[in-house]
Amino acid sequence: MIETADPAREAEQARIMRAFADAGAQAVDMPVLQPAETLLDLYGEDIRARAYVTRDPLAGELMLRPDFTVPVVEMHIASGAEAARYGYCGKVFRTQEMGDERPSEYVQAGFEIFDGSDTVGADAEVFALFSNLLEPLNLRAATGDIGVLLAAVRGLSTIERRKAALIRHIWRPRRFRALLDRYGGRSPVPPTRAALIERARKGDAMAGAGTMIGLRSKAEVAARIEALVEDADAAPLSGVEVDLLDDIVDLRDKAPVALERLRDIAVDLPSIADAVDRVEARLEALARRGLDVERLDFEGSYGRTTMEYYDGFVFGFYAEARPDLPPVATGGRYDALTRALGGTGAVPAVGGVVRPSLVVELGR
Amino acid sequence: MTIKLGVPSKGRLMEKTFDWFGARGIGLAKAGPDREYAGRVEGTPGVELVLLSAGEIPRELRAGRIHLGVTGSDLVREKLVHWREHVEELAGLGFGQADLIIAVPAAWVDVDTLDDLDSAAAAFRRVHGHRMRIATKYHRLVREFLREHGVADYLLVDSQGATEGTVKNLTAEAVADITSTGETLRANHLKIMSDGLMHRSQATLFRSRRLEVSQDDAKTLDALLEKLGL
Repeated sequence: MIETADPAREAEQARIMRAFADAGAQAVDMPVLQPAETLLDLYGEDIRARAYVTRDPLAGELMLRPDFTVPVVEMHIASGAEAARYGYCGKVFRTQEMGDERPSEYVQAGFEIFDGSDTVGADAEVFALFSNLLEPLNLRAATGDIGVLLAAVRGLSTIERRKAALIRHIWRPRRFRALLDRYGGRSPVPPTRAALIERARKGDAMAGAGTMIGLRSKAEVAARIEALVEDADAAPLSGVEVDLLDDIVDLRDKAPVALERLRDIAVDLPSIADAVDRVEARLEALARRGLDVERLDFEGSYGRTTMEYYDGFVFGFYAEARPDLPPVATGGRYDALTRALGGTGAVPAVGGVVRPSLVVELGR
Repeated sequence: MTIKLGVPSKGRLMEKTFDWFGARGIGLAKAGPDREYAGRVEGTPGVELVLLSAGEIPRELRAGRIHLGVTGSDLVREKLVHWREHVEELAGLGFGQADLIIAVPAAWVDVDTLDDLDSAAAAFRRVHGHRMRIATKYHRLVREFLREHGVADYLLVDSQGATEGTVKNLTAEAVADITSTGETLRANHLKIMSDGLMHRSQATLFRSRRLEVSQDDAKTLDALLEKLGL
């Protein structure tokens, strides 16, 4: 299914782009064909199942842009600018293996703020902009903050390697859960691993390994065995800490109630205190912009299963009467993405996207 | 009109398919000289034999150009998205068995489970600056399997043959391929991961869901299936 020309949608796109311009956005456009390598590097093999891949005899593997965020971030970094605001509107392309009814080619309009000076304020501004744009549709707004979960993992009283592994899988909830169960001693050690650790303790882990082939060296195998032994020697994660992580992951409530719960959790898990302060400051900033935060949903796991690179504030707008539709708008803070593409000095960024065709459809 | 039955056009897969139908009173044979891909059906009127490459049979079933087809269950799953919507599995034929597995160098004593593979892949990427490469021709099945099990930091590289040699040739670090005995893998210093079984494949008779059949054809099909005991 492909979105074709539609005057109502074009009028809606113009309305959205005006709102972005009023918010100070510079209008930008990006090439439809993007180098596959950058996207594969960021998202991994999963992106191949979601994006159209094509070949160019000179440029090699290319993808039809699955979103604008990555090229916009690259453009911003290349420009050398500090603070900037961008708006764009154009087609994105995503294969729809899972839900065949959804369009594989549709228009997306987006707004991005690159600015490290007042990140909580920028979060609130982006959310308010989309909330105002969508106000007549009476959508449900869900929010979350992946920064809280990241801070909770960083604060666990366990070895660094475990924290790094958990953080690496924050966006893969199933693997994250399996790791938690293993580190917490809730799932058994696979017998082959137990035997390997036994041999390693006697100093003959590599005995009978046979011919070493391929790029991965013997030293790399030895380093991993060392890591496995370190892990086996480490105390299991405390049940209390695992329960607290679960409380965060399972948290679903109206924002003010959720904030209270997070404050309670922070008493036992002080590492999240700063992140919770940011949640509170953001709610205050939202209230100052006239938003009714009492009606806002907050979910501790929100944004963990999307393909995006969100690592802080996240949000989405949903038509509750139409569960068959994808979210009308989504967004969030993606400092990890700007760091991945621009290094540690990269400017923090937050943004969001909306599907004009859904706004038109729901407005009818 | 006739009912079209697609069968692999060469090798043991063809012979064993002929045997399987023959044992049920339906004689399949190549029509002309050995190199010609035309076939005959004896014992059931109204059925036409179409000899095709096993890899093309899933596509022909989906398109509805053949009513019935024999091919590997792995090929149907790899080549047809939502395969159940396009074809119906009528019977496993009990031959052509092979497991779709993931294998790594036997010398990787630290890697036995997907959990190991994932964490070795993370370390590999840090050391080598690129993702761990897995050579395969089963891109969709492998990607879905690894996504479901939360394995990250890998890259699939295409290998349409001699996949077991890719690790030694430094074009991949691991392989995902079908194997029946594992001998070729062992000969190439590879071992099968203990929880890396993605699919148990065998030669299978499929029916296309796409085709609308006339009343006569429906009768022919019923008679054929009855003879096959299905």
